[in-house]
Amino acid sequence: MTDWIDIGAINAIPQRGARCVNTPNGKIAIFRTADDQVFAMDNRCPHKGGPLSEGIVHGASVTCPLHNWVFDLSTGTAQGADEGQVRTYPVQVMDGRILIAPDVLMEVAAE
Amino acid sequence: MEKLVVIGAGMASGRALEHIFEEAPGRFDITLFGAEPRGNYNRLMLSPVLAGEKEYEQIITHDSAWYEANGVHTRFGETVTAIDRQRKIVISRNGETSYDKLIIATGSAPFIIPLPGKDLPGVMAFRDLDDVNAMVAAARRPNAKAVIIGGGLLGLEAAAALRLRGMEVVVLHLTGHVMDRQLDPAAGYLLQRELESRGIKVHCKAQTKAILGQNAVEAVALDDGTVYGADIVIMAAGIRPETRIAVDAGLHVERGIVVNDQMVTSDPDIFALGECVEHEKIVYGLVAPLYDQAKVLAKTLAKNDAAFRPVQTATQLKVTGVSVYSAGDFADAEDREEIVLRDATSGIYKRLVLKDDRVIGAVLYGETGDGPWFFDMIRKGTDTREMRDTLIFGQAYQGGAALDPMAAVAALPDDAEICGCNGVCKGAITGAILSKGLTDLDGVRAHSKASASCGSCTHLVEKLMAITLGDSYNPAAVKPMCPCTEHDHGTVRRLIVAKGLKSIPAVMQELEWKTSCGCAKCRPALNYYLVADWPGEYEDDNQSRFINERVHANIQKDGTYSVVPRMWGGMTNPRELRAIADVADKFAIPAVKVTGGQRIDLLGVKKEDLPGVWADLNAAGMVSGAAYAKGLRTVKTCVGSDWCRFGTQDSTGLGIRIEKFMWGAWTPAKLKLAVSGCPRNCAEATCKDIGVICVDSGYDIHFAGAAGLDIKPTELLGHANSEDEALEIITALTQMYREQGHYLERIYKWARRVGVDTIKAAIIEDLDKRRHYAERFAYSQQFAQVDPWEERVNGKDAHEFAAMAEFGLPVAAE
Ligand code: SRM
Ligand SMILES: Cc1cc2nc3c(=O)[nH]c(=O)nc-3n(C[C@H](O)[C@H](O)[C@H](O)COP(=O)(O)OP(=O)(O)OC[C@H]3O[C@@H](n4cnc5c(N)ncnc54)[C@H](O)[C@@H]3O)c2cc1C
Ligand code: SF4
Ligand code: FES
Repeated sequence: MTDWIDIGAINAIPQRGARCVNTPNGKIAIFRTADDQVFAMDNRCPHKGGPLSEGIVHGASVTCPLHNWVFDLSTGTAQGADEGQVRTYPVQVMDGRILIAPDVLMEVAAE
Repeated sequence: MEKLVVIGAGMASGRALEHIFEEAPGRFDITLFGAEPRGNYNRLMLSPVLAGEKEYEQIITHDSAWYEANGVHTRFGETVTAIDRQRKIVISRNGETSYDKLIIATGSAPFIIPLPGKDLPGVMAFRDLDDVNAMVAAARRPNAKAVIIGGGLLGLEAAAALRLRGMEVVVLHLTGHVMDRQLDPAAGYLLQRELESRGIKVHCKAQTKAILGQNAVEAVALDDGTVYGADIVIMAAGIRPETRIAVDAGLHVERGIVVNDQMVTSDPDIFALGECVEHEKIVYGLVAPLYDQAKVLAKTLAKNDAAFRPVQTATQLKVTGVSVYSAGDFADAEDREEIVLRDATSGIYKRLVLKDDRVIGAVLYGETGDGPWFFDMIRKGTDTREMRDTLIFGQAYQGGAALDPMAAVAALPDDAEICGCNGVCKGAITGAILSKGLTDLDGVRAHSKASASCGSCTHLVEKLMAITLGDSYNPAAVKPMCPCTEHDHGTVRRLIVAKGLKSIPAVMQELEWKTSCGCAKCRPALNYYLVADWPGEYEDDNQSRFINERVHANIQKDGTYSVVPRMWGGMTNPRELRAIADVADKFAIPAVKVTGGQRIDLLGVKKEDLPGVWADLNAAGMVSGAAYAKGLRTVKTCVGSDWCRFGTQDSTGLGIRIEKFMWGAWTPAKLKLAVSGCPRNCAEATCKDIGVICVDSGYDIHFAGAAGLDIKPTELLGHANSEDEALEIITALTQMYREQGHYLERIYKWARRVGVDTIKAAIIEDLDKRRHYAERFAYSQQFAQVDPWEERVNGKDAHEFAAMAEFGLPVAAE
């Protein structure tokens, strides 16, 4: 298996914030929580396409900036009464660097 | 006898030797090398030594008598510089020493941040006794100052110790709260508060730029311009496994020296343990797992089966009078639940993280007695379903009948004190409820004074009301801000001021928030309350702001943004218009629209173009119109006496003056003003939050209008004779609203809640009050009037506007 791909330092994302990784087929949002967990998911809200990376991060959830749907960062599932699912991607943090699963970028590209 | 050489006389090797003598007595001829000029000692206890609570002699674990009795050849003060695996020798200052088996236990080295000035005399680490001695010597100088880089375990222990020795101490910490690796923000806040109460300055989010000094350390400079004077600088920013000789010898080294479950390295005759090793990708930095490794290593050498497996670790801070405990994984996730207990009066915070009914993480502050009990459950994966309701209260509450908090309050005697601030006992409260027929909390507060000061006994008072009134008590009359808290907006605002709470973690702790980090509803509200109540003191938390206020543009349905520059009072000129046209061309902005607020909107700007667009608008003298802000938006005007045949006063000039004085102000909800030059009211002032109608005799000030979701004409607040007076009335009114409004409550709703007469009494009838409000507004403007665009053009929050990484289409393999 190829190595995981280094997409940047964890400190490049503010705590309780997010940034995007651009891929040929769209943006992947990378989230960092208050306790330095890192998650990755499509930067597209299943409701009306809101950019999830621009939402407010609280706990391990994000609130979409357009109409306030709330998504769990680890599973990508909409919370509460709303129904929807965002695709998530495996990421890990090693030595302060964020690594994304190698196949992810290929898959996104292949879609 | 086989020759066993040990490199490093630290905590791990000391423990390993003890086990080796138990497992394989008389089997090895042992030589122990140590770079430090002394034998094994308890490194953990360097903190109490530094604090003056212990002597070095008390922390020695192995003395010369022990080495002698066990026949260990000690070579202290002698660093091993190389290993020759072919010839099976190690090389040091005194020559070569051969081995049959070799143990590497070199521990770790402090990480020295590569800052300018890092080599100046006075820069030191905190790792061994020599460092401690150097610090103690520095502390003896009168008025000595220490700056500690790193607010982790080591840095804080050093800080507390040096403070005890009388030094002035500043701790610089990179992230938002101290000990962020072990504590969540809530516990970090409590710890910081405790340290500050001891006179230690804690500076979070500190980016150190350089250590300054001519011949020795003199000061430390931060990126934000702060400079702290320093006689010594302690680098406590982390540790790195000490692997240099292993790398040179060609052993498999990743972050640490790689070992298998038996503690064998890639060379079957070489073993390693301690902080220098990596096992299953984990490098440990605490002693407990190293002791397990020592046991396994001894068994391996004695040819007995044993395996080291990854272990959970728990951390405790060794600062006298501070209790902090953290264990396991305490991060949030959907499949996890948290139980939080906060007791603001005694400064207690406990948080358990559960997954599948099992505790997987714990953070305890203030009361850590149950730490080991929780840690034990984490390691054993104990099923907690049976004790779920009382789990957080600790071991003492298990087994017997579950404690019903209602029954506990009911059982209190009548003379039990409920409200400490006002000395109100239970009987007085129940008496007031019954005799006055009180049914809500405010009534109880007004009549009995209980819970009317700090509010921390509110939950007890509420239980008393429930017990006394039975079903007729409806606590839901209080509308909580959000599901994270029981308090409504008003209570939170009042307590922020009454208790002097100056950060979001402070509010959440003291007001006993039920979540660790809030939600998208409460965080923006708290951030506003703190910005409004502590101008110049509170540092705005960008991550608690809605995207529009974070990037100072309005997000659109397709994820692009709109940009609206200020046009003071609706006035513009050819230069501004040309700049807008140029910027629209240059960045291919698809739509340009005149807004309902008398200015121009550029719609469809790509996020990454925002800084470029702003830079060009700034260059033409324009600043952000804050079209996104819960703050001052527009001041619409009409042409007024300058041009209009009916104009009575310079409505345009007054509008511009108001806008220039008030721009940048944050308010509970958006704030829109207008100034019309006569009662024909072409600027539509009588449906605005605040509107001015100019008349021959001066200025009629109106307020509390609405023309959005609701339509409502304004109320007349009062009359001003001069522009100055009009401005004072308007800013005083705005400040009163800033201090009292609930987040997202427009001025008309606030006025409905508190009463138009109350506002008139404060702003029109009481001139002193008016002046004070106006002064507070002016004071806070000092900090508010910074153009957010200019700041970002100059690099602030650059991360917001650029992708983290870019990946092109994969190139086909050649
Ligand atoms: C651009 C503009 C429409 C236009 O093309 O003219 C506009 C656009 C938006 N208005 Fe407005 N409002 C605009 C003037 C108004 C006015 C008229 C005025 O200010 O004289 C009103 C009625 C007066 C009032 O505020 O009550 C108005 C009442 C609203 C409301 C209802 C507020 C209420 O409390 O009733 C909202 C919704 C809200 O704030 O929650 C709203 C919300 C919005 C938002 C911010 C919707 C959103 O949340 O994204 C729109 C943002 C578009 C953008 O990116 O620019 N807009 N909006 C006007 C910008 C004025 C400016 O220069 O800053
Ligand atoms: C101030 C302080 C407080 C701490 N508090 C705690 C705590 O409360 N709880 C906790 O669990 N942990 C604590 N730790 C961490 C704990 O001390 C370490 O985990 C532990 O000491 C690691 O043991 P070790 O044997 O791997 O390394 P060390 O104890 O560092 O021993 C390694 C030794 O090897 C020597 N050495 C290195 N290279 C060579 C060479 N080439 N030749 C010869 N000798 C060499 C070094 O000089 C050192 O003496 C603390 C550490 C410090 C500094
Ligand atoms: S009225 Fe305001 S909020 Fe509604 S669509 Fe128009 S600009 Fe948007
Ligand atoms: S697009 Fe995300 S909630 Fe509507």
